[in-house]
Amino acid sequence: MDIRDLWAEALAGVLARPVRSALTTLGTVLGITTLVITLGVAATAGNQIVGRFDELTATAITVEVPARPGGGPLVGWDSSAEVRRLRGVTSVSALAQTEESSNLRVTANDLVDPTRVTGQTLAVVAGDPELPRAARGRMVEGRFFDAGHVRRGDRVVVLGDQAARMLGVTRLTGAPAVFIEDRAYTVIGVLGGLGREQVLSTAVIVPPTTGAGLGLRNVTRVLVNTSLGAADLIARQAPVALSPNHHDELQVISPPTPKRARDGVQDDVNGLFLILGLVSLVVGAVGIANVTLVTVMERVSEIGLRRSLGAARRHIAAQFLLESTLIGMTGGVIGAGAGLVSVVAVSAAQRWTPVLDARLALAAPVAGALVGLLAGLYPALRAARMEPADALR
Amino acid sequence: MPDVMPDVIVLDAVSRVFPTDPPVRALRDVGLRIRRGDYVAIVGPSGSGKSTLLNTLGLLDRPTSGSYLLNGIETTALGDGARTRLRGREIGFVYQSFHLLPHRTVAENVMLAEVYGGHPRRHRRRRALEALELVGMSHRVDFPPGRLSGGERQRVAIARALMGEPALLLCDEPTGNLDSGNTEAVLDLFDGLHARGLTLLVITHEDEVSARAGRRVRISDGVLTEE
Repeated sequence: MDIRDLWAEALAGVLARPVRSALTTLGTVLGITTLVITLGVAATAGNQIVGRFDELTATAITVEVPARPGGGPLVGWDSSAEVRRLRGVTSVSALAQTEESSNLRVTANDLVDPTRVTGQTLAVVAGDPELPRAARGRMVEGRFFDAGHVRRGDRVVVLGDQAARMLGVTRLTGAPAVFIEDRAYTVIGVLGGLGREQVLSTAVIVPPTTGAGLGLRNVTRVLVNTSLGAADLIARQAPVALSPNHHDELQVISPPTPKRARDGVQDDVNGLFLILGLVSLVVGAVGIANVTLVTVMERVSEIGLRRSLGAARRHIAAQFLLESTLIGMTGGVIGAGAGLVSVVAVSAAQRWTPVLDARLALAAPVAGALVGLLAGLYPALRAARMEPADALR
Repeated sequence: MPDVMPDVIVLDAVSRVFPTDPPVRALRDVGLRIRRGDYVAIVGPSGSGKSTLLNTLGLLDRPTSGSYLLNGIETTALGDGARTRLRGREIGFVYQSFHLLPHRTVAENVMLAEVYGGHPRRHRRRRALEALELVGMSHRVDFPPGRLSGGERQRVAIARALMGEPALLLCDEPTGNLDSGNTEAVLDLFDGLHARGLTLLVITHEDEVSARAGRRVRISDGVLTEE
């Protein structure tokens, strides 16, 4: 039997009773629509939440370097250069901050003015010259120290903007100094507008060579900024670049990947509706099976006629299977259409950007066809088993 | 191919017993030979075994014992698939109730005869139109069967049976649902087909129909007798 003939016969069989065929598809339509809406809305909503993750957090990685009692430093001050070489890294900075350096007495001058509080307990942090870029800040006043300051071990500091206000340092004209534990340091700049590491705004920042005298010998934290989308990769590569032999001792704090966020949302929303959709599909399948069985019983004489015209049992089975598959697939197509329209409508009402997975739109008719195929198995078997002599009686 | 064309039907000692309680012997040692171009009527009252004989001849039922050669081929030893193919190729059926598909046009109904059994799709409609012309139904090609009279429907069914040039036209009470005028038209058509060399076997209980056949065989209680 030519496959085109089989197709034509099945199509004619479906179209012979158009109203019944249309009603038969309803169950599949409902099931597929529910599934498409559930998956589509969940994907759209999930994407919406992902959209709230701004570029800032999605590209910021922090590597915490634990102290190693007895051993040498895990990460050297020059190691950040290795991270900078990684593709996708936009800026890196190493900094040091310890328990004892967090509560140092800092004063703006050594005059004791009883009317003013000039002494502050501030955190002193050592950082390399890349720190303003890596912390996404900008110099409010003056300048940051450079490689030259670091090399010479100059006693210069940069104040965080809050720290500068607390110390009463407002202008840099006249090269003001601050005293850390009674030693004087020249203030060369004020750092403000920090995008990350807000703690720096209340800190006193010194070059690493200078910080060594304040107990800030070893790198405790590395700030890494990546280009958008590279965070996952860099989070895996940065520890190895920083400390090839002890990379597993470093702690990487990376932004949650968008995929994970989306999965989390879907898990919450989906469960119930997925079950609802699957139940509708099963009901749809039972409906198709039922109607196809009735159709087979109504078409007994047609089956007998086809057998007398030379149709084998498998031809009869194939025709009824194809008919029920067509009905299921039609339900799938209509359901996919209705579902997608609903997703767009929901998105429009919520002012969301609809996210439509092309695979979903393609899989829905296939799922419908599969439902029809399964539903048609028993009726097709009944039709094929029929004895032609009985069928023609 | 043998030099001499074999007889269309050779039944030898065919019996059919239905395994009920008590067993029903629908056919008893039936022997029948139908030659190419024969026009045979099988007559008998209902319950005489007519339907069983028709089903056996039409390869819709298997005899319990005996031998049935259709066009020189021993059919009792064939498998289900081979019997189906042979049936589709060699036998054209005409039924009392026409068995036309109500939702398809006249032409589509006739073309249905070539859907199974590896007939080419090319010129199928042309062949169907030729068959319809042969039975004088060219003017109703695109009508649904529901808008035809009984006689017209039976002529369409005959056109369908003629598709694929079967060796045998097997007719089961072909005029049972027709009035006398339409019966006459169908019987005239049968005469015409017979004149063209077609082998016809008509099962009927109407004397008017059997009188037109060249040969009458009576069946009674499963036993066949020539008249």
